[in-house]
Amino acid sequence: MTLKAKNALLFGLAFLVAALAPVGISSKFYLDVLTLIFFTAYIGQSWNILGGYAGQFSFGGVMFFGTGAYTSSILLITFGIPPIFGIFVAVLMGAFLGFLVGYLSFRSGLRGSYFALITLAFAELLRVLANSVEFTGGGVGLFLTYAPGLKNLQFVSPTGFYYFSLFLLVISLVIALWLERSRFGAQLVAIRENEEAAEALGIDTLKCKLYAIMIMGGMGGAAGTFYAQKYLYIDPPISYSIALSVEMLLVSIVGGLGTVFGPLIGSIVLHVVNEVARHFIDTPGLSLIVYGVILIFIISYLPNGLVGLFRKTRGKKEDGGA
Amino acid sequence: MLEVKQLTKRFGGLIAVSTVDLSVIEGEIVSLIGPNGAGKTTLFASIAGFLKPDGGDVQLHGQSILNLKPHKICQRGMVRTFQITQPFAALNTLENIMVGAYSRTGDKALAQREAERVADIVGMTSQLHQKADGLTVAARKRLELARALATKPKLLLLDEVMAGLNPTEIDEIVDVIKGIRDTGVTIFLIEHVMKAVVNLSDRTYVLNDGKLIAQGTPESVASNPIVIEAYLGHGAAAAMAGEGAT
Repeated sequence: MTLKAKNALLFGLAFLVAALAPVGISSKFYLDVLTLIFFTAYIGQSWNILGGYAGQFSFGGVMFFGTGAYTSSILLITFGIPPIFGIFVAVLMGAFLGFLVGYLSFRSGLRGSYFALITLAFAELLRVLANSVEFTGGGVGLFLTYAPGLKNLQFVSPTGFYYFSLFLLVISLVIALWLERSRFGAQLVAIRENEEAAEALGIDTLKCKLYAIMIMGGMGGAAGTFYAQKYLYIDPPISYSIALSVEMLLVSIVGGLGTVFGPLIGSIVLHVVNEVARHFIDTPGLSLIVYGVILIFIISYLPNGLVGLFRKTRGKKEDGGA
Repeated sequence: MLEVKQLTKRFGGLIAVSTVDLSVIEGEIVSLIGPNGAGKTTLFASIAGFLKPDGGDVQLHGQSILNLKPHKICQRGMVRTFQITQPFAALNTLENIMVGAYSRTGDKALAQREAERVADIVGMTSQLHQKADGLTVAARKRLELARALATKPKLLLLDEVMAGLNPTEIDEIVDVIKGIRDTGVTIFLIEHVMKAVVNLSDRTYVLNDGKLIAQGTPESVASNPIVIEAYLGHGAAAAMAGEGAT
């Protein structure tokens, strides 16, 4: 069997297992953890498209998430538009915000840490804004009514949200797989590796980076709606939390930058480590320390993430066989 | 094909390129030589859209390309290579060249075929799957050339593709460049290796302190006293003439 066929079979099996998992798992806790893993993998992938493939690190990725959460929630509360439509507006708003931030920063040639910081500044700005204006509910936040149904993207059992998050995850994987095979993906990678050479070879670097941040923005917008409908409450610190900005880059870096499965693997590892540490260690805060130590270990010893480790061992095996 | 008119580029108080006029005609190999720091690479960068000139005009096929970004200029058929090679380090040779080929097609299979064709022209077929950061200097120079060629240029600007190569490698790349010209690509190159300049070019321009000081066939330029003085210092031409007489 060729490697490609083997991989396809493996992914098919993994998907089947994921799709059937709720049948076997009756515990609400485990389904919730899986939902969270998929959600983090999804939002990590949105970061990975701009950060991992195009090489533009952002520290304010949460801005799209927050804007999406507010968009669909305000549409629902103020205008009575159900989230099943609101989520698409959230995607558009996220993409539009991506365009705005991207245009302002890429146009003026901001790269590297400067770009990272400007995204952080935008996210903070939006948090302060959401806190100050009235239509976001200000510091009080927005409460959403519990009214389960597909129209509201709310579900009675955790299984519904599980499938919702799985759906988002699959979309993000499809986007990443498309990047791996398409001209656009190759151009993003070229920009990451050497922007000047990419420009010399006919790549419209500004346009490509804008598309990438717009995809990230759109994905983040949908994630916001997901969150709002699952937890039924948003406020500025939740919607524009720096912690989520960090989490999405963390899962990508731990799993493997610029890879299809990096964010998913990173998300699995981080959540499992987190849950296990919390389960076995009673002293409050100690689990976070353990979590931190493991992170430091992964980042120092696996510069290409866990996917890199997997590739290395597989590469050796293939070399040995030849 | 390429017309450069009164091109000037300043960096603060330093005039790196001063009112340069030059032209490249279709089918030619034209070279640009000059001592270190003469402004050759600056001139190239200004022509290819990487630097914004402070004065003058650059025309490709009779149209000004002065305010176009490099990728637009590339789409119009003029592409440059870099003196210090700029490979996409994490990608292999094939993927590197495919990036160039993607400027003409969105189809992966087509781009790959084009990249393999170009790799064959520059003699990199055996290195297609080697990562770019593991390539030797000579191979990186070839890769630089191959990537540019994959964009299907009509005019190729080569910035010192022979620097750092040994004589055998230089002979090989001279043949490659001649082969490229024979496929109908016009070539404008910066070069220090005089043997290659004489061997390759139809015409040569000499740049010194940002100004053109001589032009003509490579042989006539090489024996021009002004050029000799620019390279070797004041009085050098007279001294050489004296040595020749005794």
